[in-house]
Amino acid sequence: MLLYIVRRILMMIPTLLLTSALVFTIMELPPGDYFESYMAELQAQGEGVDKAKIEFLKQEYGFDKHPVERYFIWLAGLVQGDLGYSFEYQMPVADLVGSRIMLTVLVSFATIVLTWLIAFPIGIYSATHQYSWGDYGLTFLGLLGIAIPNFLLALVLMYLANVWFGTSIGHLMAPEFMGQPMSWAKLGSILAHMWIPVIVIGLAGTASMIRKIRANLLDELQKQYAITAKAKGLHPFKALVKYPLRSSLNFFVGGIGGILPEIVSGAEIVAIVLSLETTGPLLIQALQSQDMYLAGSFLMFLALLTVIGVLISDIALAFLDPRIRLQGKSTR
Amino acid sequence: MTAPPLPPPGAPLPHYVSDRPFDPRSIERLSPAQERVYLASQWRLMWWKFKRHRLAVASGLFLAVLYASILVSELLAPYNYQTRHIDHIYAPPQAIHLFHEGRFVGPFVYGQTYTLNMSNLKREYSPDPAAVHPIRFFCRGDGYTFWGLVESDVHLFCPAKDGTLFLLGTDRLGRDVLSRIIYGARISLTIGILGVAISFVLGLVFGGLAGYYGGFVDLVIQRIIEVLQSLPSIPLWLALAAIMPVTWSPMIVYFAITVILGLIDWTGLARAVRSKLLSLREEDYVLAAQLMGANAPRIVGRHLVPGFMSHLIASATLAIPSMILGETALSFLGLGLRPPVTSWGVLLTEAQNINIVALYPWLLLPAIPVILVVLAFNFLGDGLRDAADPYK
Repeated sequence: MLLYIVRRILMMIPTLLLTSALVFTIMELPPGDYFESYMAELQAQGEGVDKAKIEFLKQEYGFDKHPVERYFIWLAGLVQGDLGYSFEYQMPVADLVGSRIMLTVLVSFATIVLTWLIAFPIGIYSATHQYSWGDYGLTFLGLLGIAIPNFLLALVLMYLANVWFGTSIGHLMAPEFMGQPMSWAKLGSILAHMWIPVIVIGLAGTASMIRKIRANLLDELQKQYAITAKAKGLHPFKALVKYPLRSSLNFFVGGIGGILPEIVSGAEIVAIVLSLETTGPLLIQALQSQDMYLAGSFLMFLALLTVIGVLISDIALAFLDPRIRLQGKSTR
Repeated sequence: MTAPPLPPPGAPLPHYVSDRPFDPRSIERLSPAQERVYLASQWRLMWWKFKRHRLAVASGLFLAVLYASILVSELLAPYNYQTRHIDHIYAPPQAIHLFHEGRFVGPFVYGQTYTLNMSNLKREYSPDPAAVHPIRFFCRGDGYTFWGLVESDVHLFCPAKDGTLFLLGTDRLGRDVLSRIIYGARISLTIGILGVAISFVLGLVFGGLAGYYGGFVDLVIQRIIEVLQSLPSIPLWLALAAIMPVTWSPMIVYFAITVILGLIDWTGLARAVRSKLLSLREEDYVLAAQLMGANAPRIVGRHLVPGFMSHLIASATLAIPSMILGETALSFLGLGLRPPVTSWGVLLTEAQNINIVALYPWLLLPAIPVILVVLAFNFLGDGLRDAADPYK
């Protein structure tokens, strides 16, 4: 087991190196860089360009050097935990992302918990009542959840929340609480605003989760041991939950790894529509304005979380399901 | 057949011989109905199985009609999609009526009177019960160039001579929303197909290479897939879309976006192909082909791929909706298609802020065809997936 984990961690290194090269290439490809547009903007506003500062930044991040050289400087910084400097916000990337990560984790965590709470009962119901009207209806609702573009749903819900409950438009809290220290009233305001993003982001995830649970559980329920358990008079609840449900959960455990980056990034487009103070809009904004260290380092952070998440899933699977062996040759 | 009475207990059983003619093959022989099933080809079996999924068949028909409609969008739309009606900016939808003051006049709409509310500067339209504008059919209206080749001005239906016909309202430039939706279908419906075609080819080639050769090739391709999957897709779209020079013509942007959508989506398909190949290449018929000297592309293409083609088609169908939604999302962020190219995503960018939802809710209507098409593709894909393995 330990050997396997070590080997997997070693395998992560080339993967992450490849990812970093890809990310850096993507960042480099658009013509021009942030400094050019930044200086042009300052000059257009008639403000004095702080030459010294820009020169310092250019030196610091090696914008006078060849891109390949710059890539290695960036990489060396990443390895040492230096995520770089956001040009647009004029602060280190780590601080910038850190300031938003609390709310992001809060929203994403609530979303994921809600998704599970809704998806599991419905998925189990659909599988045990296959081809019943309830199954058809719930499947249809689930598909509808996938089909509605979620930025649109966000807009409509935001409007309805404003009309019906008088919730202020957008953001995660009422305007008067912004920048305020945490208090009960602020928490209440956050909770009153949070249900919209949670529902909107959760909807599509819930729908696909329901379909997966249904399909996997159906496969298990048709197996002989499940029929035997029922035939010998095991309590229906036990005959469902203890054996078939448990072994149909492999896909679920396998997906746990994907949650890690999801919690940190949040749903970008919905967050933009609702102007949430999460990391998603930050990333999109950075990509659009070529704020390359902010975007690049954040993407690398997400990639790292994905790789770690996959590793965690694999280990968890091996623990939960004795049929899965990690050491043996899986494929030739 | 009545059984002979049983002998009393203890007595020997009588020797019984059936006097019916003996046919040793009677069990093997198939009834005509069975024969039809057993001799049917794989594709025929799939079709039978697919037909049983009513919703999938209906969805397939619905999509076929939609795809047929994009051939004649110009004919179906009452207006040209770029015609601006300066007097009818943000006009609400006009309802179709059949009876005017108890008298049947056929389908018609009431004219709209326009007033500017001076207190909040809102444009207010109210139906004018005096102006009856019957809808004309097969009539001449806005001119267009059919598929860029033939000049024409014939429409399936158009407004009365000096009336208007905005069944779904107009946008901020006074363009008819219905016509724009009809034209937008052309881009929105093809973008998914083209994107999936690209990812299909990529998935087949890379998945095939990894699965058939295994070893080092497999390792490299697996790492590439892992890298692509470890990045969230929306930032990846964004970054790729940002690379496109602003000087590109909208048509090239359209193709570039299909390529982007395809480039990012192929990984899942490649994995499916790989795992299928890994199990199928152990089969005896592959060994037989190898012994007879078939080369790798032939074995993969001729013997292995047909074995799971149906699964691939089903999963490709299920991938189309995500492409259509992806285009909507990209366009919504202003990084997808640009006007004058009109897709449903471009139309929805008009509905970006909450004022629109409050004041001009009909601008959200382009979402309805998006929802319907995505639903239809999902049902169709479900049906295809169920039918893909007809022997089960």
